[in-house]
Amino acid sequence: MLRVIVRRLLQLVVTLIGLSALVFVWLRNLPGGPVEALLGERATPERRALLTKALGYDQPILVQYAKFMQRLLTGDFGNSIRSGDPVTEVIGRAFPATVELAAAAMIIAIGLGVPLGYLAARHRGRLLDNLSIGGTLLGISIPIFFLGYLLKDVFTQNMHWFPPSGRISTGVDNTDVTGFFVLDGLLTREFDATGDALWHLILPAITLATIPLAVIVRITRASVLDVLNEDYVRTAEAKGLRHKTIRGRHILRNGLLPVVTTIGLQTGALLSGAVLTERVYNWGGLGTLIYDSISGGRDYPVLQALILLAALVFVLVNLLVDLSYAFIDPRVRVR
Amino acid sequence: MSDPIIQPMVGPQRESVDPSSVTEKREGTLPRGIDRLGERKRARLEQLAQATADQGGVSLVRDALRRLRRNPTAMVGAGIVALFVLVAIFAPLLAPHDPAQRFDELTKNLTVDSIPGASSEFPLGSDPLGRDFLSRMIHGSRQTLFVGVLATLIGLILGVLVGALAGAFGGWVDNILMRFTDVMLALPALLLAISLVALASRSSQWTVIFAVAIVNVPIFARLLRGSMLAQRESDHVLAARALGVKRGAIVLRHMLPNAMTAVIVQATLTLSTAILEAASLSFLGLGDPDINRAEWGLMLGVDGQRYFEVRPELAYFPALAIIVVALGFTLLGEGMREAIDPKSRR
Repeated sequence: MLRVIVRRLLQLVVTLIGLSALVFVWLRNLPGGPVEALLGERATPERRALLTKALGYDQPILVQYAKFMQRLLTGDFGNSIRSGDPVTEVIGRAFPATVELAAAAMIIAIGLGVPLGYLAARHRGRLLDNLSIGGTLLGISIPIFFLGYLLKDVFTQNMHWFPPSGRISTGVDNTDVTGFFVLDGLLTREFDATGDALWHLILPAITLATIPLAVIVRITRASVLDVLNEDYVRTAEAKGLRHKTIRGRHILRNGLLPVVTTIGLQTGALLSGAVLTERVYNWGGLGTLIYDSISGGRDYPVLQALILLAALVFVLVNLLVDLSYAFIDPRVRVR
Repeated sequence: MSDPIIQPMVGPQRESVDPSSVTEKREGTLPRGIDRLGERKRARLEQLAQATADQGGVSLVRDALRRLRRNPTAMVGAGIVALFVLVAIFAPLLAPHDPAQRFDELTKNLTVDSIPGASSEFPLGSDPLGRDFLSRMIHGSRQTLFVGVLATLIGLILGVLVGALAGAFGGWVDNILMRFTDVMLALPALLLAISLVALASRSSQWTVIFAVAIVNVPIFARLLRGSMLAQRESDHVLAARALGVKRGAIVLRHMLPNAMTAVIVQATLTLSTAILEAASLSFLGLGDPDINRAEWGLMLGVDGQRYFEVRPELAYFPALAIIVVALGFTLLGEGMREAIDPKSRR
């Protein structure tokens, strides 16, 4: 087991190094670079040359990359071109917001998706099944930013049930401990802040949960249907086991294996979706940061760190999922 | 598609044609004792021939098509796709006005907080520049189809190239190519597309198409490679190799056609995601900068977003069109996948 983990981690490092090299070379070889972004198009060549030199962009690309890797290993990702702050700080500020949003979305997607998928499979061909199939098809066909606007329009503009955007109301006095506003409120016992943060969280989380929810319902349904036809389920029923036991130990335990894999893969959808959702709700997380670093001049240091971070999270989560497989299903021996 | 390998049920077909002629020849030439045994065999074969005669030999493709036609949801998908393509083809005939023309009677009513709504001459009202919105929606089908199909096609061609090379050669070629796809798959789809667009100095319709295409390359490559690697060890490839068929011919004529079914199904599903991804890029301001172009993703992502408070119809109609078309491709693609899946074969 340990050897497997070590080998997968090594593979992960190789992938990340490859990605970092690609990103690094690509980003620097293109016109409209950071110097242009900082000085504007009408800057004099002398000033441009000066800044290029100051930022180190005049050196050979290999030297730049070596320096970049060297700094990276010491945890230094450089400074943001836009704000001048260290990249780690810029990302650190935005990171909790996205994690909070993604976690809430995942809780909704799993908490709703697994039971719904199970019920749909159990009532195959009936109204509930057809409704959930129709719903999931709609869920993967709708542009989620449009859904976001729709929800926002209905529930904030028309009904005034939820706040329109942001993470917390202005005027709410919240103490920043971890950056996770919901958690902070609990830690400092400022429960009104927790409530307010939760209130802001609901609509964005629902928006972001749409695609993972649809996918999880479909996979759960298909997988439970497969398991329902297995001999051991019939045997368990013939033995007269209680429904609850059959459902928990025989059907779900086996039927959820593919779902676990799917959940890992959906991290990708969450990261992608966060960019769109955060823009709709003005959320101020990593998605907003990506958008800002591209549209507000190409902020390369932030961009490359974000891309690497996204890849790291995605690959790491999938590694965890693969490993968890072995714990859930003793038949699987991870190779 | 007359390749014998993609006709796995070729056995019974042959038996239904051959046995009578073979046994007839036998009658004159063989000695009596064996002839009697042959007679029993012939009876059995004829029985078998009769039993399978009405079915005939069915190729996988024909069998899959038959099952596809019987699948109502897949047919709904096919209907949507057909309608979409027809609208795109006949857009100039269907549209009541020129999509680029700005009408005075519309522009004079344009203000900061109001855009003229439906009237008898302009059934869906105006767009933010005083053009006929219905005509733009109808013409939008063309550009949307163009972006979706081209992005999918480029992704498919590149992916098939990479996958076929990896699957055909295996070994170190496979290793290098697959590490490369791993790197690409390590980034979530939209993030990869965003990064790719961000790389271009100036976005255009082609950067969008290209970005969406590249995102799909590793998916097609992996799919094809897996299928081809599985075939390397299979009987029909072994047979071809034993017959002395050249390596290139085995790959092109025996392995690739077999692996392509799955790729085509994936391509149908990709058409739906490609259209959605293009719309997402437009929404993020990374899409086609030419906002005069009538394309649904662009209309939804730019005008729909900007004027949502003023006139939400500008978002509703393109969104609805995108949802229906994406749904159509998804239904068709899933129907196809079900049809070629041996598990669902009866």
